Amino acid sequence: MTTWIDIFLLALVLTDFRLLASSRLGAIIQTTVFQAVSLSACMLLMAVRPISIYIIALSIVTFTVKGIILPWLLRRAMREADVQREVRPIIGYSASVLIGVVLLGLSFIIFMPMKETVSGSAFLMPGALFTTLTGLMMIISRKNALTQVAGYLVMENGIYAFGVILAVEEPLLIEMGVLLDVFVAVFVMGITVYQISREFDHIDTDRLSELKD
Amino acid sequence: MDMKLFGPVIHILLALVISPLLMGIINRTKAKFAGRKGQPLLQPYYDIIKLLRKGSVYSTTTTWVFRLGPVAGLSAMIIAILIIPSGGINSLLSFPCDFILMAYILGVARFLTVTAALDTGSPFEGMGASREMQFAILAEVVMFMGVAVLAVGTGKISLSSIYYTLWDSNFTNIAPAVFLVALSFLIVLLTENARIPVDDPNTHLELTMIHEVMVLDHGGVDLALIQYGSCLKLWLFSSLLAGMAIPVRTGIMIVDMGINTVGILLISVFVGIIESGMARLKLLHIPQMLLAAFSVTAAAFLWVLR
Repeated sequence: MTTWIDIFLLALVLTDFRLLASSRLGAIIQTTVFQAVSLSACMLLMAVRPISIYIIALSIVTFTVKGIILPWLLRRAMREADVQREVRPIIGYSASVLIGVVLLGLSFIIFMPMKETVSGSAFLMPGALFTTLTGLMMIISRKNALTQVAGYLVMENGIYAFGVILAVEEPLLIEMGVLLDVFVAVFVMGITVYQISREFDHIDTDRLSELKD
Repeated sequence: MDMKLFGPVIHILLALVISPLLMGIINRTKAKFAGRKGQPLLQPYYDIIKLLRKGSVYSTTTTWVFRLGPVAGLSAMIIAILIIPSGGINSLLSFPCDFILMAYILGVARFLTVTAALDTGSPFEGMGASREMQFAILAEVVMFMGVAVLAVGTGKISLSSIYYTLWDSNFTNIAPAVFLVALSFLIVLLTENARIPVDDPNTHLELTMIHEVMVLDHGGVDLALIQYGSCLKLWLFSSLLAGMAIPVRTGIMIVDMGINTVGILLISVFVGIIESGMARLKLLHIPQMLLAAFSVTAAAFLWVLR
């Protein structure tokens, strides 16, 4: 069972690298779907036996929101804003991947002392932190507003993964709250991006500071 | 014969005899995907035999460096084959940190090919040599990182003992890391053996070649040696990859050897499938692909270190 958790966590980490390396928005959105799959799978695998109906429900809701609805919203925003790829990121893709390797190492070092206290896979905490940091990297190193929205989503995925570790004790309400939070945020951002692109013909956040009448 | 020697000797004989077949399998797979009948499976053998019957022509501008390249390259490959294990079966030449020797013997072979190419004075060959070195350096890092993952994961420091312990019974705690290494090793295999998506072995335009352009001036026996050497190199990497990717160790030598050999042949089919399904990457994107392979191995390394 731990092997399967390990495999899904590794999938999470690899998708993070893919996010850091890809310039195409379509690929980024598709990758967040993979993340949603591995998150909900981890949730089911981590749960104490016998699995309660709440965990199953939560995992299904997680997948529906993060794996179906949000990607659909992002794809729609992408289509309407008519952007395919990030043209000129602040930090290049190769550099991003290298920074990603460093960040992953850092995540491992940070959670080294907690190795014994957390039950389950030792990869979980660093993986969750790394996913959060990846989202942060996407937000600060890319200019395209949609990539940044996707980065926000990835960051939330990381936080959610932390939640998965504690899903046993954590009240269901908080998980649902986080989920609703992300949903509303991405929903609003998707609409905003569309409005921005209609108003200014681009969604480059760097140029948004020079707003004119 | 001593039973301990039996396995390794058989592996080396297999490598020497079957390795050209791998190229044949790749070509046949590509032909099948393209809807062609394809050349005979044994075509690489015919090619090598045909070339061996011919004489060599040497340009007057070349020196002994040019003549040394193919011979030394092939002998380096044979030495490297002596070091690698076949699945869980020990190699003939096994000692602590032997993978470093293996990597550098491959490096020597590459160096000699490159100097032979530069010796012709052809600008195309110089260009190919520069590309070959550039990608090889990056691939070498990934390979060392991968072997480091396996060494740390198993706690052994020679290739034979690493592969012997790798899929022992109850050896699942680092299994995901091993599969990650196998994944990046596949990329190293494609890079080192100049296959698509890094280099197209069938290309006919010197400007786009990497490996092929370096051997343009070799002919006859020299070309046969080079082709045979590249077959052995493909065998070497396939054998290392198969030992990693196939999580089966029965403990019976003949069966293990058979499984590993079938694995090597399957890898050739897989390479053929990749070549049929992919186009070449832009030259600028190849370092990015190797970087991706590096980050995958780095993740695996952190995994086994915890």
